[in-house]
Amino acid sequence: MGCMATAASFVLAIGTKKGLWLATSQDRKQWSFSGPHFLMSEIPSIGIDTRNGRTRIMVGVRSEHWGPTVAHSDDLGATWTEPEQGAITFPEDTGAALERIWQIYPDAESRPGVVWAGAEPISVWKSTDGGEHFELNRGLWDHPHRSEWGAGYGGAAAHSIVVNPVGDNVHIAMSTGGVYRSLDGGTSWEPRNAGISAYFMPDPNPEFGQCVHKIAADAAVEGRLYAQNHHGVYRTDDNGEHWESIAEGLPADFGFVMLTHPRREGTAWVVPLKADGERIPPEGKLAVHRTDDAGATWKRLDSGLPASEYNSVLRDAAAVDSAEPAGVYFGTRGGAVYASADEGETFTEVASHLPDVLCVRAAIIRGTARPVPETVAARGA
Amino acid sequence: MPDISVVLPSVLQPLAGGQSILTAPTDGPVTVATLLESLTGDYPVLGRRLRDETGALRRYVNIYVNGEEVRRLQGLETEVAAGQEVLIIQSVAGG
Repeated sequence: MGCMATAASFVLAIGTKKGLWLATSQDRKQWSFSGPHFLMSEIPSIGIDTRNGRTRIMVGVRSEHWGPTVAHSDDLGATWTEPEQGAITFPEDTGAALERIWQIYPDAESRPGVVWAGAEPISVWKSTDGGEHFELNRGLWDHPHRSEWGAGYGGAAAHSIVVNPVGDNVHIAMSTGGVYRSLDGGTSWEPRNAGISAYFMPDPNPEFGQCVHKIAADAAVEGRLYAQNHHGVYRTDDNGEHWESIAEGLPADFGFVMLTHPRREGTAWVVPLKADGERIPPEGKLAVHRTDDAGATWKRLDSGLPASEYNSVLRDAAAVDSAEPAGVYFGTRGGAVYASADEGETFTEVASHLPDVLCVRAAIIRGTARPVPETVAARGA
Repeated sequence: MPDISVVLPSVLQPLAGGQSILTAPTDGPVTVATLLESLTGDYPVLGRRLRDETGALRRYVNIYVNGEEVRRLQGLETEVAAGQEVLIIQSVAGG
């Protein structure tokens, strides 16, 4: 630790209820930490943008006292920049005020500078300047369904954004409202929830209103996405027209996380939780489950995880990197963060006793990168 | 011209160039809203910390005029006269 990286290194960003921690590593086993950044503000969203030959870390920041904002750093957290007028602010005619930024999603390599954001109240935003200023997506804001969308326990938000890297196909998910799809880059939106249960509603199969917790796209199969629902794990092979259950073989069909492999077909990860009555890992045994066949079968992965764990893992408190093999990372509401450099086969606890982990993101840093200054306090353990 | 003094909590002072007290010259009573607009014109991030984009005072930001919390007066329409002191204090909310 503490040496200069020469070829490639990794950055891990951990957003918690009371600040942000950053870490760098050469091998994804030993991590050098810095933090807390933004102490006493929660960090519910992080986007790491490695396009344009730089590593830009964007964070959604929210203080209970001073409200939400977006900041970014191009030097691994040594300095932060906050646009003076705010990167995300509702236009005056909406009469709305930003509550929380739930998602920051850098678009594809082919669209450098484009960054999407999902927020509360339910809204989608798009930046074309690398996340410094975002425009409200009017197609979704003015959608006739708006008045019927509800709030999950955490708030009413658009929390998932999946953009097709080669086309104008965008899927979002909101709680509650479900999955909406745009075929024109976000100009117009239609619900796409056929097959996803909303058992908590009088009609359990509505056109919209589902509480979809997270969606992710299969990187190799066009039109295939996966969804972790509020009870139910699903896959679509036709761009969201129909969803079918892939929950068989999992110890529970509840959870918040849905991750997909950066390149390989059919590979996804979930972190099942028992619910509704008990939102803990089933029987207090924390495990990640991975499918390599698009949900036909699941493999339990718990090597390196604690023998018992009663904290849950939130929807954005998990991430993959783009290395080969892919790294898998997640954090708990108990402030532990686990990393795997082998697609989940083995995990190492890389931080513990942090505040509730809300968001985790990881990326490869190309070229020479100076590790973040190590601080003892951030290591936790 | 007499001034109105606005005292900032320490956590917000970096957003006002390190100042603990901002002063606004006035030739008559002004509302708290007008006062904030005037004082945060040069410090827009400070302005966003105090009020959201609709202009509403953030829930856990308290502003006192001569010792009275403005929500018990006329809110941001409360008038402040020259020579009066305005305190901005974060509430004790949080965990």
